[in-house]
Amino acid sequence: MVLAAPAPSDPRRAIAAAARWRWYETLFWLALLLPYPLLPTYLDLASQIAIAALFALSLDLILGYAGVISLGHAAFFGIGAYFAAILVQRWGWTEPFSGLLVSGVAAAAVGYLASFLIVRVSRLALLMVTLGLGVLLEEAANHLSGLTGGNDGLHEIAVMPLLGRFTFDLYGRTAFLYALAVLFLMFLAARRIVHSPFGLSLRGLRENAARMPALGAPSRARIRVIYTISAFYAGIAGALLTQTTGSVALEALGFQRSAEVLIMLVLGGTGRLYGGIVGSIVFLVARDQLADMNPQYWFFWIGLLLILVVLFIPGGIVGGASALQARLGRRA
Amino acid sequence: MIHLAGVLFDGLAYGMLLFVLSVGLSVTMGLMGFVNLAHSAFAMLGGYLSVTLMQQAGVPFLATLPLAFVLIGAASVAFERVLYRRLYRSGELDQVLLTIGLVLMTVASCAYFWGTQQQSVTLPPYLFGHFSPFGIDLGYYRLFLIAVGAAIALALVFGLERTRFGARVRAAVDNQRMARGLGIDVNRIFALTFAIGSGLAGLGGALAINTVGLDPNFATKYLVYVLLVVSVGGLGSIGGSFAAAVLLGISDVAGKYYVPEAGAFIIYALMVLLLLWRPAGLFGRRV
Repeated sequence: MVLAAPAPSDPRRAIAAAARWRWYETLFWLALLLPYPLLPTYLDLASQIAIAALFALSLDLILGYAGVISLGHAAFFGIGAYFAAILVQRWGWTEPFSGLLVSGVAAAAVGYLASFLIVRVSRLALLMVTLGLGVLLEEAANHLSGLTGGNDGLHEIAVMPLLGRFTFDLYGRTAFLYALAVLFLMFLAARRIVHSPFGLSLRGLRENAARMPALGAPSRARIRVIYTISAFYAGIAGALLTQTTGSVALEALGFQRSAEVLIMLVLGGTGRLYGGIVGSIVFLVARDQLADMNPQYWFFWIGLLLILVVLFIPGGIVGGASALQARLGRRA
Repeated sequence: MIHLAGVLFDGLAYGMLLFVLSVGLSVTMGLMGFVNLAHSAFAMLGGYLSVTLMQQAGVPFLATLPLAFVLIGAASVAFERVLYRRLYRSGELDQVLLTIGLVLMTVASCAYFWGTQQQSVTLPPYLFGHFSPFGIDLGYYRLFLIAVGAAIALALVFGLERTRFGARVRAAVDNQRMARGLGIDVNRIFALTFAIGSGLAGLGGALAINTVGLDPNFATKYLVYVLLVVSVGGLGSIGGSFAAAVLLGISDVAGKYYVPEAGAFIIYALMVLLLLWRPAGLFGRRV
């Protein structure tokens, strides 16, 4: 028997094919720039969307790729947000890029510690432990009011102009381009991660957690790594919020933020990187348009939407679109 | 000492309420592995049903309790047939999302129909007030709660351990495929168990109004408590739910009484530690 040259299903080629950059991705990212020339009055909302999208991307890394559910992911978002504020107010560290990075690292450090607890539990216990850790952090932030401002939050956090030139203006132009650029760079990195052999092994863990260790992939160690990376992403998103809005409040790490990011991600589609971006656009634009509605009733429609997505389009908007595309492609 | 006894008594009563609210979920989750976060929404509907029956139809409070049990139990089976059954084989994420969607819709609907204000019930006169043996304040309604909780716990244990139906439920929890192989109609068993479990939630919701109040946020607030009891007690374990509910009730009341500034810190820290120590719960089997 001859040791065959790469079989048709050569894994390297399969990974390379999946990782190929497609033309409609370029189109998608160019379209994300459109609010700048077309909707100058909506740039604040657009920045919020970019930040939410980065946060959803962070959740997608653990939920969509590694299959680890979290009901308390806002904890890392909040750590990044508060750390960015404290850097400026306590230590006078006002350079935004390094501030962003340091805040992300702070969130990642906590995420690394938490990951040792996370890998011990699964299913219901996992839901409850992530929820519990989130609530514990929120209570702690509420009580450490000397550091966090408690219920009042921290305000008037002014960072230096970007690259020493671009100030954060009133119309949110700098903030929007800054948030979008950070989102894009982080997205490219995430894309690299999930299409690496490491990313592939995470998907293996998601599909069959018992089998992967038998194939030589230590499940707990890998989940710890991706959990830390995900916390880093969430921390960057939180720090972006602080830097672009100049303030941070307790709701940055509340349960509602954890629940909303989950809804956005599921709405867009998990395990597809773009799902979180599409989901946060749809969710936040809809909420902005329905702002006059009583929040109680807004939740009614969100609930209905969740049920419909779960029952009829399990892959979310992006998954549904790609399934539609595949069906049309087959017919053509 | 007197304070301590009073706190223990109040905590026990609160724990009994949590037990009635959550035991149904423990059994149904143990049976089908379905993460039903809408359990607390059934409880809230039970509360509103009781209020409406009293105010619109003039039904006395005690008579609304069995009605809440039966009607909510029957209504829950409709949900089970139409929605839940489609997701038994899905991952828990889908189940969590579907049932959270139901909770959000229920909360909004209750706010629409009954408003966001606190609801109240009129108790019969003999459940008012308290008496004080040895200087300890014992509220009559809390005694009533303890009696109801204990009666339900005994009835469930008896039903599960001593009846043919209970034996089938236990068989289905232990090994569903084997139970099916032996000719047990697991679907029917589950529908019935689900009805009883949700009915108990409805009863718990009605019982809760007089001690913790009722507004549309009940479903989200008590969802967390219910899940706490279920996860700490261990799935499918009545004794576990009982122990966890009493533990949670007493630590919550004691925490609020002795260290009010700690807020929810104590119960959540306790839960996280317990679950890290025993991920399947205190009385759950290792999975």
